Amino acid sequence: MAKGVRPRVKVPSSASAGEVITIKTLISHKMESGQRKDSDGNKIPRSIINHFTCTFNGETVIDVVMEPAISTNPYFEFDAKVPEAGEFKFVWNDDDGSVYEETKAIEVG
Amino acid sequence: MKLKALTAAAALLVAPGLALAGPDDDTLVVNGEIEMVTKTEAPAHMEETGISEIISGWHFRSDETQALQMDDFDNSGMVFADIGMEQWDTVEGSAEKSCASCHDAPEDSMTGVRAVYPKWNEEAGEVRTLAQQINACREDQMGAEPYGYTSGEMANMEALISVQSRGMPVDVAIDGPAQSTWETGKELYYTRTGQLELSCANCHENNYGNMIRADHLSQGQINGFPVYRLKNAKLNTAHARFKGCVRDTRAETYKPGSPEFVALELYVASRGNGLSVEAPSVRN
Amino acid sequence: MEFTRRETLVIGAAAAAVAALPMPAMAATTDELIAEFTGGADVAEGGVELDAPEIAENGNTVPIEVSAEGASAIMVLAAGNPLPPVATFNFGPLAGATRAKTRIRLATTQDVIAVAKLADGSFAKSTKTVKVTIGGCGG
Repeated sequence: MAKGVRPRVKVPSSASAGEVITIKTLISHKMESGQRKDSDGNKIPRSIINHFTCTFNGETVIDVVMEPAISTNPYFEFDAKVPEAGEFKFVWNDDDGSVYEETKAIEVG
Repeated sequence: MKLKALTAAAALLVAPGLALAGPDDDTLVVNGEIEMVTKTEAPAHMEETGISEIISGWHFRSDETQALQMDDFDNSGMVFADIGMEQWDTVEGSAEKSCASCHDAPEDSMTGVRAVYPKWNEEAGEVRTLAQQINACREDQMGAEPYGYTSGEMANMEALISVQSRGMPVDVAIDGPAQSTWETGKELYYTRTGQLELSCANCHENNYGNMIRADHLSQGQINGFPVYRLKNAKLNTAHARFKGCVRDTRAETYKPGSPEFVALELYVASRGNGLSVEAPSVRN
Repeated sequence: MEFTRRETLVIGAAAAAVAALPMPAMAATTDELIAEFTGGADVAEGGVELDAPEIAENGNTVPIEVSAEGASAIMVLAAGNPLPPVATFNFGPLAGATRAKTRIRLATTQDVIAVAKLADGSFAKSTKTVKVTIGGCGG
């Protein structure tokens, strides 16, 4: 697990059934692109988060294939339909195999 | 490149009516709640400088960058304040304490603290920066290892503590026991150094609002430090920036945490007295 | 990583060794990447909103937004980067507006390209030039 990796998500606590809400996500991650060189002139190997998904009660909201050109501390903002109460699940996959997760419940009413 | 050449080059770059020249007129309200004072009357001690209005670095950045600071979620610096919160609760050192053991919740104990630092510490008999005080607590009260002065951990902790003063006016004392330190800082601010023979004032007092190559020069205020810089996508502390600036004049730089930089920090902070604490802010 | 038949034939026995490398032996061009995304279909100009600053304050962190009504996917490329791919947003059944905002790295002044797969299966793209400057002392 890469050090100091913290996910952070912003989801409204409630919505009306069928409403479209805006979700913001951030994760603190260096996103080593593989382009940088160390002091000896050797390329520092790529080590990034390469995939991000957001699902709601198991159904996909958004699925992002991420490349090294995504900035350090990857940030995404997107919209989701909320058909009923439930839970959003956010998953980030690291090149090194680590998986970071966050969940957020939302009420409907 | 001497100052005259610099100004001439800057003058060439700044065409009349160019939107980039000079700070803009936007207002900064964070989360729709915290109204920041980003422009205000210069404090009395700056009378001879010719600056009548002090302006936050926020105004010198592009609209897109400014927008990033207006919401605590868009502001990537805030995730580091969160990590600072984890550090706050972590028990460390021989005394088996965490910051929380003595200081409870930061929103209760740290309100207004950042706004008055650097400040005179009577017991220690010196002016202390926030970073020095954090490390003093760690070593003396917790029996823990000090953070690296400009380390990520230090920046995280500074961000956490700064958040508790956000929106409050910077108000560092420059008289009484702090005065001689302040005078030293002032002298350093106006001293030219390096192959380029530049002082802080050459850029930040005489040329703020102008472009230096593609950079929009600010007044060099530190009310927004620690700052999340887009350039390195992380939090940067004031001394780390001082070091960078001195290096840019091609001079041997003082060390972060050195008496010179402590004095300089006090002086530079005082040039911002009246501006709101914005930290952690977002800059280029 | 997918290899076209042509590439596999050309590389031959070395294909396995190349597949083991973390980076491709030759970076694909933006045209090749677009063709891969569209399966060779025509791409209409416009119909994709691409929001990016005219001048990036710093090339390391450039905020952008892409949106295309009813799109099932939007791919973003940075034509002037050492590796053009930036991200591909795939919208699921619970996507609200088919849009996304993120922050990207741009190595130099270049075109940012957004290619969308629309609801009817057709493709559309938009291009925007973003200037990336070298800063002064602080930048």
